[in-house]
Amino acid sequence: MEHTIAVNPWASLAYLVAGVCFILALRGLSSPTSSQRGNRFGMIGMTIAVVTTLIVHFPGTLVGSQGELCNHLVGGETSCRSLTYAPSFLPDWSTAAEILIAILIGASIGIVTARRIAMTAMPQLVAAFHSLVGLAAVLVAGAAFLNPEAFGIAAAGQIFTQSRIEMGLGVAIGAITFSGSVIAFLKLNGNMGGKPIMLPGRHVINLAVLAGILGLVAYFTQDQSPWVFWTITGLSFAIGLLLIIPIGGADMPVVVSMLNSYSGWAAAAMGFTLHNTAMIITGALVGSSGAILSYIMCRAMNRSFISVIAGGFGGDSGGGAAAAATDRPWKRGSAEDAAFLMSQAEQVIIVPGYGMAVAQAQHVLREMADKLKEEGVRVKYAIHPVAGRMPGHMNVLLAEANVPYDEVFELEDINSEFAQTDVAFIIGANDVVNPAAKTDKSSPIYGMPVFDVNKAKTVLFIKRSMGGVGYAGVDNDVFYQDNTMMLLADAKKMVEEIVKALG
Amino acid sequence: MDFISILSIFVMAVFVGYYVVWSVTPALHTPLMAVTNAISSVIIVGALIASAAIGIGGTGATSKWLGLLAVVLASVNIFGGFAVTARMLAMYKKKDRPAAGHK
Repeated sequence: MEHTIAVNPWASLAYLVAGVCFILALRGLSSPTSSQRGNRFGMIGMTIAVVTTLIVHFPGTLVGSQGELCNHLVGGETSCRSLTYAPSFLPDWSTAAEILIAILIGASIGIVTARRIAMTAMPQLVAAFHSLVGLAAVLVAGAAFLNPEAFGIAAAGQIFTQSRIEMGLGVAIGAITFSGSVIAFLKLNGNMGGKPIMLPGRHVINLAVLAGILGLVAYFTQDQSPWVFWTITGLSFAIGLLLIIPIGGADMPVVVSMLNSYSGWAAAAMGFTLHNTAMIITGALVGSSGAILSYIMCRAMNRSFISVIAGGFGGDSGGGAAAAATDRPWKRGSAEDAAFLMSQAEQVIIVPGYGMAVAQAQHVLREMADKLKEEGVRVKYAIHPVAGRMPGHMNVLLAEANVPYDEVFELEDINSEFAQTDVAFIIGANDVVNPAAKTDKSSPIYGMPVFDVNKAKTVLFIKRSMGGVGYAGVDNDVFYQDNTMMLLADAKKMVEEIVKALG
Repeated sequence: MDFISILSIFVMAVFVGYYVVWSVTPALHTPLMAVTNAISSVIIVGALIASAAIGIGGTGATSKWLGLLAVVLASVNIFGGFAVTARMLAMYKKKDRPAAGHK
């Protein structure tokens, strides 16, 4: 490939600075105290990248150094002589205005959405944002394919071979990110059932489509006909749908992280096409970030990445699974019992699950914790990595309810404390406290790291009824322990009553 | 820039990303996703180039409109992503500060 893309060295430097800002943005997230500064670095980086692009690629035409001066003579004749002008730039203000309007439209939609969104709906929002990155990548790749000269990736109408591969991969990853995120959004938002939908022979279909995409990308290097490019795009949209449709609701945290990763790789692929360091650095950061988060989520559920992708695990609520063991004895407690037990305790560990967020009980839960603290009780929160619908979701929900982040602990940091804890207070969680994950090899959640709540002196378990079981559809031995008191009610109502009983 | 230099930047950035992301505290994983979402919209650079290009002929004009649409989408993400991240991060508070609504 005998080509070099003319790049302005100052622009390259600016893009590099933008890339470094993005690294600092993620670095800032290592602790809540530095996180806001990190976010500002992100904004600075983005501003640098956008302003640099607008300066270097300001819409307009360079009026050439050659010109003609013509005199219109009487009788329709013209006499011309050739002139040499100094090259000058003729800005195209109407296009500049269109770009500005496009940015303003996007900005207003984005800011309004960001202000209005409920924290419980964060997974849907993130999925929706992923789909936009994916679609934007497809559009950029499409634009580059239609007008390659503008991107400096073609000579005499022929797109460089290397650029064709990058473009083909970029459009494919972008399209998969888009259609996959749309499905993830629909599932998380409840527009589409969480139950996995299994097509017969789907593995064969998926592999065939993937092979088709790769084959076409290879063929694209030989033939840059539009049908090749658009077939790659169409097949990639299809595979995105096919890949995510069979994945059940329980695995959505992994899916959201995975699509996060894809959106990064899509940006990186476009960065290769455009030889843009800011895009490449960002793409690599986002790609590895999403990959690491998927890995953390898989580990927290003791599931292999392959088995998640293969799909079919976990339904909407696992509900309806008729009371598996109503014949086993269990104890029922009242709000007053719970209030008394906790007020006498030295330490209470609260284990919240997604059920708490569904019941919107986080605010009243913090009130309860405040009351207990007034009584001299030490209160801690224990968060399982898969407690919410996306990585770190529960932490955000508690932060929103004004729970100080230094009272919130991760699984590994707090699990050994249950043995010295008077009360474990479980609200809206189930599978993450199920000892079957440690003892029962036949259990579908076997091997998943869980909280050892059964080691606490007393377990208070808030649950709507004894009938339903957890996300994974497994019975929980903790219900039937001697030291467990079941508090059967809606989570929010029960905590409100406990607060009342605490006085 | 030749392909190998670009590839080198990419590979190094993957390693940087790997170490930086592992140092992110799990409590901030949701903001991490929101902010990575925002920064991956740096793809707006490509969208701006396409929008600013002189659209010659049918495909040139289409290319420009695709670019403008991509600018809108990426802007939603950039502004929305950073704003929602800022909103979340502002909620994380330390213990010593009395919580709002405390009686």
